[in-house]
Amino acid sequence: MSESRIRVVLAKLGLDGHDRGIKVVARILRDAGMEVIYLGLRQTTDSIIAAAEQEDADAIGLSMHNAGHLTLAPSMLHALKDAEMDVPLVIGGIIPTQDVDELLSAGVSGVIGPGASAEEVVDIVRTAVAAVARSSESGPEAG
Amino acid sequence: MSLRKLSVEQLLERASTGHRGALGRLLTLAENSATSEAVTEATFGLSKAAHIVGITGSPGAGKSTMVGQLVAHLTKDSQTPPAVLAIDPSSPLSGGAILGDRVRMMDVDDVAFIRSVATRGHAGGLAMSVPGCVRVFDAMAYDPVIIETVGVGQVEVDITAAADTTVVVVSPGMGDAVQANKAGLLEVADIFVVNKADRPGASDTRRDLDLMLDLSHMTGQEDTEYRPPIIMCNSLVGDTVGEIADAIDTHKQYLQSSGKGVERRAGRARFEVANRLRQQFEANLEGVLDSDTRVLTQAAAGQISPLAAANALAEQVLRF
Repeated sequence: MSESRIRVVLAKLGLDGHDRGIKVVARILRDAGMEVIYLGLRQTTDSIIAAAEQEDADAIGLSMHNAGHLTLAPSMLHALKDAEMDVPLVIGGIIPTQDVDELLSAGVSGVIGPGASAEEVVDIVRTAVAAVARSSESGPEAG
Repeated sequence: MSLRKLSVEQLLERASTGHRGALGRLLTLAENSATSEAVTEATFGLSKAAHIVGITGSPGAGKSTMVGQLVAHLTKDSQTPPAVLAIDPSSPLSGGAILGDRVRMMDVDDVAFIRSVATRGHAGGLAMSVPGCVRVFDAMAYDPVIIETVGVGQVEVDITAAADTTVVVVSPGMGDAVQANKAGLLEVADIFVVNKADRPGASDTRRDLDLMLDLSHMTGQEDTEYRPPIIMCNSLVGDTVGEIADAIDTHKQYLQSSGKGVERRAGRARFEVANRLRQQFEANLEGVLDSDTRVLTQAAAGQISPLAAANALAEQVLRF
């Protein structure tokens, strides 16, 4: 038994084979003291949901390098909603700046774009986790 | 309603109706020290006597891939769903971890329940929370519960205390007959799997293990009623995974018929109690060292020996 740690499921959704970035992010989060459950390539929304449930993930990180983010991120958010899971979704990869607002307003908790520093990566994940933890603690009755 | 707001009892109730998120949450509570006792208290006594299978072996021997195949086989065959606790090491520097066993076990987690666990500083090949997590799975009627250890060296044999059946996975090219006769991991196997059996040297590995087992009768170490089988396997295709499942079953029956199963469970209870005590003593010890710096200062200055310093503080540790 031990102190609790932030647990993050990292995956590539769909047919996108560029996994250098997600491996770097996994390492950055590990070195920040988080537990990374690494799913790697060719995952589906179903397989990510199954893993996030079983691993009790505090956050899900999806890496996207094939310009599919405006389609795949919303479908991941739908899947989370259908499963009634309040797990924050962070998107990383080649995300054009003009798409960031659309992702955030769709419900994505954070976007890690090209050139983000290790500190920024950690900060975005921590912030996303803390925001959901706060809202689930206050609960509906507390507003 | 967020799962984070539910009590252990509420989570258990949901988990027992098949809510996997609730079970995932329970395992987190079993892992964290602030909540682990509550989970233990709530699940203690709910045991369905699941068979606990330990899978161990050196890093890269193919444990996870084999477990993935085994679980795929079991989900087709067995009446109850299998569960897996897949353990990987925490970083001694940051405390973080990359848990990468699950990536080898894809497409089985719709029936089976797979949970990745970081060692969080515990040596011996397991995490402190393993018995608690096993108890949760057992209470929720998962059977068997498979524990995959971290990749181990020669001496990390905690798994034998945690499991009913220990499977040691070896791969070709890891050493010769002298290696096979060294004390440690190989002595504790109930079943051997020679993985990557399509690679050169696999039959040599099998022969070395066979010879090692043959020598046991000369030293009285041999169990005359049970000889660990050696199963050749190529986990990428899972060719002999049925044989492995059968061997686990055979060993399970042997444990029952010989009475050794009772012995092992008694050993497990002792192991867990001892671990709890050790944890308590360690906390006390840190407390004493932090509060009574006088003796430490003397030891650091060379005025008293480390042994004398330890003796001077021993009483306090017990009473802390």
